[in-house]
Amino acid sequence: MSIANIFGIAASAMNAQMVRMNSTASNMANAGTVGGSAEDAFKAKRPVFQALLHEHQLDQGAQFLGGVKVAGMVDDTAAAKKMHDPGSPLADKDGFVYSSNVNEVTEMVEMMGAARSYQNNVEVVNTARELMMRTLDITKA
Amino acid sequence: MKIFDTAFGLHEKALNLRAQRMEVISQNIANADTPGFKARDVDFKNVLNNVQQSGSLRATHAGHVRHAGSAGADLVYTVPFSTAVDGNTVDISVEHAKYGKAAAEYQATLRFIEGNIAGVRKALRGE
Repeated sequence: MSIANIFGIAASAMNAQMVRMNSTASNMANAGTVGGSAEDAFKAKRPVFQALLHEHQLDQGAQFLGGVKVAGMVDDTAAAKKMHDPGSPLADKDGFVYSSNVNEVTEMVEMMGAARSYQNNVEVVNTARELMMRTLDITKA
Repeated sequence: MKIFDTAFGLHEKALNLRAQRMEVISQNIANADTPGFKARDVDFKNVLNNVQQSGSLRATHAGHVRHAGSAGADLVYTVPFSTAVDGNTVDISVEHAKYGKAAAEYQATLRFIEGNIAGVRKALRGE
């Protein structure tokens, strides 16, 4: 049943976009945090999407065929900013703290991209639902 | 009953194919942000020709991409207007337009079937 499949595909995409939006929210929330070393500083997290084809589907045990999944999360590789703040309890012996590498502008763009993609998939579901109802009405012809 | 085997003609198969095409396009929209994903589409004319000839969907060429769960509709990769740096070839606006058109085509096929049903019903009533 192809039309029913569309719901699953769009749902998997909406789920993936939600993960993206969540990671953006988490990045924004942690934008101002500092760490005692470059390694301890918060790194912006981003999801990596992967298309679900037939082979992958069987391992996933999903009820539908196709769609998209979050294959994993990767850290942004941008360097942590080094700031001189001897008063901070996290400062190293030279008085430096390392702030997160989150770029607020990038995160805003990511958030808007995720929201738009989410909307696209909502639209897909709406159309599919409408067609399904029309198909059910075929008996009334 | 023989009458119902042929009453809907090609439209019954066409409806299946249209639904399948919508599924493929919804796949493209779902993977609009997936790195390396190549947008695909159903070669409707080609597949329908095969259906007319053989009575069922089948791969007629070794290079045909088989789609999961489908009856083996021939999928082709679309030629993108522009490719993203990450290798994704989904043009979201083009896919949107295609999806809308496919939905309209699905409804058109549905109308034809409704007409067929109305015809059979009229014949049965004998009015």
